Amino acid sequence: MTVRYIGQRLLEVLLVLWLAATLAFGALQWAPGDPAQVLLAASGASPQEVAALRQRLGLDDPPLQQYLRYLLDLVRGDLGRSWLHGRPVGRMIAEQFPSTAALALAATSIGVLLGVSLGTLAAIRRTTWLDKAITALAVLGLSTPIYWSGLLAILLFSLTLRWLPATGEGTWRHLLLPALTLGITLSGAIARVVRVRVGEALSQPYVTAARARGLPPLWVLVVHVLRVALGPAVAVTALQFGFLLGGAVVTESVFARRGLGRLLLGAIVSRDMPVVRGVVLVGALSYVLVNLLGDAVQAWLDPRLRDRAP
Amino acid sequence: MIRWAAPPRRPLRRQPATLVALAWLALVVTAALAAPALAPQGPLAADAARALLPPGRGAPLGTDFIGRDILARLVWGGRWTLQMSAVALALAVGLGLPVGLSAGSLGGRVETLLMRLVDALLAFPTLLLALTVVAVLGRGLGPVALAVGLASAPPYARVARSVTREVRRQPYILAARAVGASSWRIALRHILPNAAPTLIAFAATQFGWVLLNGAALNFLGLGAPLGAPEWGAMLAEGRGYLRDAPWASFFPGLVLTLTVLSANLVSDGLQEASGQQ
Repeated sequence: MTVRYIGQRLLEVLLVLWLAATLAFGALQWAPGDPAQVLLAASGASPQEVAALRQRLGLDDPPLQQYLRYLLDLVRGDLGRSWLHGRPVGRMIAEQFPSTAALALAATSIGVLLGVSLGTLAAIRRTTWLDKAITALAVLGLSTPIYWSGLLAILLFSLTLRWLPATGEGTWRHLLLPALTLGITLSGAIARVVRVRVGEALSQPYVTAARARGLPPLWVLVVHVLRVALGPAVAVTALQFGFLLGGAVVTESVFARRGLGRLLLGAIVSRDMPVVRGVVLVGALSYVLVNLLGDAVQAWLDPRLRDRAP
Repeated sequence: MIRWAAPPRRPLRRQPATLVALAWLALVVTAALAAPALAPQGPLAADAARALLPPGRGAPLGTDFIGRDILARLVWGGRWTLQMSAVALALAVGLGLPVGLSAGSLGGRVETLLMRLVDALLAFPTLLLALTVVAVLGRGLGPVALAVGLASAPPYARVARSVTREVRRQPYILAARAVGASSWRIALRHILPNAAPTLIAFAATQFGWVLLNGAALNFLGLGAPLGAPEWGAMLAEGRGYLRDAPWASFFPGLVLTLTVLSANLVSDGLQEASGQQ
């Protein structure tokens, strides 16, 4: 990977982030309701007080000025203040971030481990009962809503068997059920892609050549087939990170966990738009960064991609 | 043992799983349409004396916490859930297909501009994008359908564009151009029909997705009004009685899963029948 390629990608990422930030700004502008009134609704403020607050929040400034100030604040890492609590959105997000990050990391690990091994197994035993069973399991995992499988997991492991706590957090025991629920769904998507890619790679000329040279089958599978087939698997994992962020909202709700998802949901219900915007922007930023990382790992795995810089 | 050779393709009628999935989808749609005949008491008929009854006589799938029949609610709920998903899917395809098709067949600046916009939208994870739209529009089933549809349009545009680009490379497109067909004629009469199998298969997948995401928003309490028999909302209501009446959340989840599964199986079946993996 050349420096130029990396520079080009970074420029692309910046462009995408700028567009995303602009869309998020637009969403806030179009949202009906006067934030100043929302803020003061509970205390029954007078029109003068509302007007004063509007001025303090800069809501009376021309839209372009508000937009530029917003972009400038974003660049400095300032996501604004919550309408409801008056606290900096950045700090509120930082407080909830570790909990969601732990969930995402655990779920991704489970998803990748299960997905890659099951997908490979299905591919090398194509059209046998094992392939059919794994394919069926993968599509079932993909189709099961986490808000249902999560409840079933609670019913089985917490209420009936009493092995694991249903809600709360702090230890790995609290993390296990939510991470499994999310990770198994993820593994379905990964297994499907790995199965197809490994399947394609198995009949490629370079694999036939490797076998013809008398290399042991397992060596050919791991070194020649998997190395190339894992590239798309990495791409899918990176793309599924978006599903993971959305899934975290649902999972945190099902298992009553702290985290960005709960923060977002609460903010949507109370129409605390700066918090909604902040969480969505942080979500978009991490999604884009994870995909950038995915591209880099892919190029490292498959040398052919390095010359094909867009 | 490792099987190195590629498998052959199978026509739709030789795929039992796909046929079963189609039958289930037909059943769900028919039940929703025939709801007044199948469950004349309606989805809201409550009877406190019959609260939280387990599945059995009189209530095949049990009753919920205020004695409403779960099966009747599922049948009526199909109307809410399927309508929401149909609106969302129509929106996703209606917005995504023209964008993807014109980007893919016209190329050049149009393509760059359109795909940059799609990329920016794709930077938002689907469910987060839908949640943002709900945050702007407010809660309700209409906003949820709109939100999920809008959030699913960028991926559809992406796929439409990549299929279009693939078809555009075929020799018969060059032939059409050589005899002087216009770009629009090539896009609509030559590219679209040949891209159709993939586009339809992906629409089936998307149907599963909008169903899942729409029901998720309802589960989170952002969609259907309180007490409405929407499947995701039923699941959320039943969740409070998980210990005493697991059937109140089990069956809505099961119906939802089977429907999404069927959509995915149909999509896979279509792809296998047309020779793609």
